[in-house]
Amino acid sequence: MIKVMYFAWVRERIGEASESIETEAATVSELIEELRCKEPRYNMAFSDLSALRVAVDQTLTDFDCPLADAKEVAFFPPMTGG
Amino acid sequence: MKISVQAEQFDMGAETNAFIAAQNGMGAIVTFSGIVRDLADNPMRYMEIEHYPGMTEKAIGEIVKEAVSRWSLGDACVIHRYGHLHVGEPIMMVATSAPHRVDAFEAAEFLMDYLKSRAPFWKKEVTQNDANWVDAKNEDEEALNRW
Repeated sequence: MIKVMYFAWVRERIGEASESIETEAATVSELIEELRCKEPRYNMAFSDLSALRVAVDQTLTDFDCPLADAKEVAFFPPMTGG
Repeated sequence: MKISVQAEQFDMGAETNAFIAAQNGMGAIVTFSGIVRDLADNPMRYMEIEHYPGMTEKAIGEIVKEAVSRWSLGDACVIHRYGHLHVGEPIMMVATSAPHRVDAFEAAEFLMDYLKSRAPFWKKEVTQNDANWVDAKNEDEEALNRW
């Protein structure tokens, strides 16, 4: 089981802040493909990956990142702090 | 080092004074604060700031650690709010202290540039008519290249 979290407009498009997912995905990209096949709302949220960022276990990374021991994956738009 | 991620308002003057009082042998203090500003043609009701609890504190901690390793700093402070903020309220502040001003200024700018694009906060502007997530600017991402 992996905890998948969504923030900002990604959360709004998917309609949930987080969920636990049973997955065999080896990388973030594979997880995204699985999610996109699930339901149209996921397909829509992940349609433009250039507009998305990902963190694995609370560290910013890229879509090739392996999920071997990952507990938490978060998807969100580019950050706007400060 | 003080890092605070909080919903509550903070008093910039009081925070600055407390920061100065805690220093020893530092000749320069730089502070910066970002304020919620109104939109010219679409009056804002409030700003909503979302963040990623856990990762936010971790990311800010790493940014501060990096600043301390790159400049000769005595101390650094980062306060960043989330939740409902109104026009005119402070969103965040950064303070740095150093023996000399160049280190304090540069480290404060570095902290600001990284907080903008690498700390997991997202701003939404809720106006009289609509609500929009603020887009990250290319120039903010490019600002990281100078470090």
